[in-house]
Amino acid sequence: MTRLFTFWASHAAEFAGLLAQHVLLVVVSTLAAILIGVPLGVFASRRPRLSAPIVGIANIVQTIPSLAMFGFLLPVPLIGGVGARAAIVVLILYGLLPIVRTTIAGITGVDATVREAGIAMGMTQGELLRIVELPLALPSIAAGVRVAAVVGVGSATIAAAIGAGGLGEYIYRGLSMVDSSVILAGAIPAALLALAVDGLLLWVEHQLSTRRRSASRRTALAAAAAVVAVALVAGGTAAARSRGAIVVGSKNFTEQVILGELVAQTIERDTGMRVQRRLNLGGTLICDRALITGDVDVYVEYTGTALTAVFHEPALTESRAVFEHVREQYARTGRTLLPPLGFDNTFAILVRGKDARSLGLRTIDDAARVAQRWRAGFGYEFLERPDGYPGLAKAYGLRFAGEPHVMDLTLSYRALSSGQVDLIAGDATAGLISALDLVQLEDNRHYFPPYDAAPVARAQTLLKYPQVRDALEKLGGRVSAAEMRRMNYAVDAEHKDAAQIVREFLAVVR
Amino acid sequence: MAALEFRDVSFTRPGGTRVLEHFDLRVDDGEVVALVGRSGAGKTTILKLINRLLEPDSGEVLVEGKSTREWDALVLRRRVGYVLQDIGLFPHMNVSGNIAVVPRLERWTASRVDARVGEMLDLIGLDRGSFAARWPDQLSGGQRQRVGVARALAADPPVLLMDEPFGALDPVTRVELHAQFARIQARVRKTVVIVTHDMHEAFAMATRIGVLDGGRLIAYDTPESVRASGDPRVRQLFNA
Repeated sequence: MTRLFTFWASHAAEFAGLLAQHVLLVVVSTLAAILIGVPLGVFASRRPRLSAPIVGIANIVQTIPSLAMFGFLLPVPLIGGVGARAAIVVLILYGLLPIVRTTIAGITGVDATVREAGIAMGMTQGELLRIVELPLALPSIAAGVRVAAVVGVGSATIAAAIGAGGLGEYIYRGLSMVDSSVILAGAIPAALLALAVDGLLLWVEHQLSTRRRSASRRTALAAAAAVVAVALVAGGTAAARSRGAIVVGSKNFTEQVILGELVAQTIERDTGMRVQRRLNLGGTLICDRALITGDVDVYVEYTGTALTAVFHEPALTESRAVFEHVREQYARTGRTLLPPLGFDNTFAILVRGKDARSLGLRTIDDAARVAQRWRAGFGYEFLERPDGYPGLAKAYGLRFAGEPHVMDLTLSYRALSSGQVDLIAGDATAGLISALDLVQLEDNRHYFPPYDAAPVARAQTLLKYPQVRDALEKLGGRVSAAEMRRMNYAVDAEHKDAAQIVREFLAVVR
Repeated sequence: MAALEFRDVSFTRPGGTRVLEHFDLRVDDGEVVALVGRSGAGKTTILKLINRLLEPDSGEVLVEGKSTREWDALVLRRRVGYVLQDIGLFPHMNVSGNIAVVPRLERWTASRVDARVGEMLDLIGLDRGSFAARWPDQLSGGQRQRVGVARALAADPPVLLMDEPFGALDPVTRVELHAQFARIQARVRKTVVIVTHDMHEAFAMATRIGVLDGGRLIAYDTPESVRASGDPRVRQLFNA
């Protein structure tokens, strides 16, 4: 608990920024959902035959998990990609269903006599809607807006996966650091924000439905408008402040966040340019996509990953050859691979130190002999990638008791150490390996290709800012595997701040 | 020229029930006509044909000498005040807001609307100070009915239609309202069509009474003559 408050205290400015981003995401997407959803609901209420399909489609959209939705939208031009824009599109889609539904319910719920009175008084369809139907449907619509906004606060935490910022940053950062106080630093305010939004909108709704006096209606709407305005201004300033010339990305695990900081601080220090950090993006493909669309200017990739996951080519085993080949492939598509940082983060097949010692396990071959009694836990990427589990199982004749469990990469270290699984595939440079007394088995058949870490950048950006290329080239060969593991350990096990660790590292290197 | 005229009008409900069969009716300016009949006799249909909420299958309905088909429906409806059976006051508007609806649709200036609302409250005998800002659910049934009448008369339409206007009220209130209606009509001199199943209400309010049966008028005369009628179908309504 104390750690939680210390964290907030030491990250006050960042926290305020993320909170503002979060509120902005919710406010903008909810407003847009109202502007789209209410007319759609009115339209559907006029044509009962279309109302079922419209609600049906909105229903289906609602059931798509948010990460999958971000995935669908990644390749879509204009609204897709990574960043706040794509996140807002997803949040709008989620907000539509409750708003469309309650609009339909509100309008079809208007007393038939009251509607007939309006028509008999010579109202046009538009006047009937404006003077009678919408005002009477308002409390119902307000209930839908409340649901949409509260759902939005929750869904917006997922938006951090595509670099839209918000309180989800801390949740992802905490997950990748396996540090529950960092997770709580984002999760608790997000939950409180949801409660606050719910309470405020419930009050507005109450004003609209029980007190029909126009004065208090006006007060309620004015209060809601004031909150929206404050949020827009706060969020707008935060967004403006975070806009920088160079955008640095990273995937969503500790080492990537540290490397993202390393690249960002190096650029800041050597060029004096402003840098925007989009760390914790949800995976290789999201980072790559962001690089292509220009949402990210540079991130650190691993050569073996680029070869197989980005370019879909069979794995190679010679480090230099892989680097040259990948650099050429990148160059053809407007991206520049810079000199490797100096360490190889290959997959590490890990077991508990206890088991390794008692069973005398040293190599993966050793493990294959006893694996029939074991359960394995792998991340999604490892299970799917051609250079991941399928090839590994074939190369070593590995067979487990049952299908491997699918789990988050960062959680799998804990799952192994606590005995829920017996073998995992982690990163060779993971700080948790020594922190949790895990043992890496030797890849004695040389199955895994090399994974040399190297920054990859948009060629356009480097042409425009040659000083950025100079700064990144100077990083080449500066980070050894031992240093990387130490920094990972400092963040994962000692719960130190990644930015601080990188500052200390750069101070020594210089 | 008659204020309202039905010429050989037939009308069938969407379900196929024939409601009006070669129906004729003529209402002169400033008359108060009560149409009496059992439920299902087509009373409400007649009113809706006048303000073109419905259109006849054959024949024509003339308002001020012009067929309702030739009237712009919106213009026609704003010239015909309509007091609905269930009143249908707008629950999200207070009394003055309800009365002001049609004048506002007609884009009267705010000061003219305010003045008119005051006049209408005086006309229906509700105190401006204590009633203008009340909400429909804070009114008694009789007060609500009166506001319904004020709303229908606010833009000074030449024709007023009333559908079972006082049907849901207790007998004492009903008698009071009949008397008040007579005072109002003496001042505004509208052409009024009332439909009711209550013969006593018809006698209390009307200058002419029509008796509906089988989609036609079986009697259409002064209250005295209708009272003296020997037709058993008319006599039956007295006992209802």
